[in-house]
Amino acid sequence: MAIKIFTNFFKKVLNNIFRNKKNIKLGFYGPPNAGKTSLANRICKDFTGEEIGSVSKVPHETRHVQFKEKVEIKYKGKSMIFKMIDTPGITTKVDYEDFLKYKVKKKDAKSRAKEATQGIIESIKWLDDMDLVVVVLDSTENPYNQVNITIIGNLVARKIPVLVVANKSDLKKANVKKIEEAFPEYEVVGISAKYGKNLEEFYESIFKLSKKVK
Amino acid sequence: MAKKKRVKKIKGFAKQFMPYQEIKHLGSTERIKKILKIVFGNSILILQGRLKPEEETRLIEDTMAMIGHVKDFKGVELAVIGSGGAPDGLFEKFKQRIVTTLSGADLGAITIIGPATVVKEIKQDPKKIELILGK
Repeated sequence: MAIKIFTNFFKKVLNNIFRNKKNIKLGFYGPPNAGKTSLANRICKDFTGEEIGSVSKVPHETRHVQFKEKVEIKYKGKSMIFKMIDTPGITTKVDYEDFLKYKVKKKDAKSRAKEATQGIIESIKWLDDMDLVVVVLDSTENPYNQVNITIIGNLVARKIPVLVVANKSDLKKANVKKIEEAFPEYEVVGISAKYGKNLEEFYESIFKLSKKVK
Repeated sequence: MAKKKRVKKIKGFAKQFMPYQEIKHLGSTERIKKILKIVFGNSILILQGRLKPEEETRLIEDTMAMIGHVKDFKGVELAVIGSGGAPDGLFEKFKQRIVTTLSGADLGAITIIGPATVVKEIKQDPKKIELILGK
């Protein structure tokens, strides 16, 4: 019994020492067009010089889960290694006709819709593999959307630490406070991935939440 | 006299209320199957209680799998009105947990699920839900 307690204690100490060496799987989840890829790109570009994926005004630009291995984020003298996982936006409906408004050809719109539905299934399947998740929301949109609640509810059920990001804070219609009110139990950071606004607070929160990763 | 405004009628949809009792004994797969069967029939389902978070994602997965396979199906609109926020105090929390455990669900909540071809949008805030219907 005493040996077991002793071994567990040393395991804990060693884990804490080498935690920053761990490749923490950091997922980006949220509804379509909230800026998940823009944020992941901003981080990857800053620390590796390369982007993770393409961005577009047309919804469902990301239709497959995409990764960037071993991204070392350095902040205020600390450093941590992450596996960045950018996921397709989750929604309850996909209509190819919505893409026609963006002048996408009918044939392409249909194939984009098909890939989008498969991407959503892929996103959900990946939930189990995450260590830490950033839920990216568009701060110009109503946060009381069931999909947002469903994503966060699933992360809580799986005991995965969550950080809520209120993106597009540079826009006039942005309302970061409304997102804070909608999710009072979670840390909410207002940022602009496009202009790199308030990323210091974002990194601070990520480092803090990383300590909760099991 | 004011002219009567022409309102476009939405043909062929119904509302259906389902007490939680009706799906309580079912497993998650059967539960979602039953819900989607109603939605495929162009009905808006008003369900007493709410699904578990993993059932909600399963519902989204199954919905996505059916788009392109069921004629004119473009997905669903989904919303849940909670039972009035988190209970205050330890005793209230304990009481709510017992009620939820005994009934198997948060019976104070209401879940609304409708086909996206009928329910264009569900506008939601903490206290109300607004259904916008249309083709």
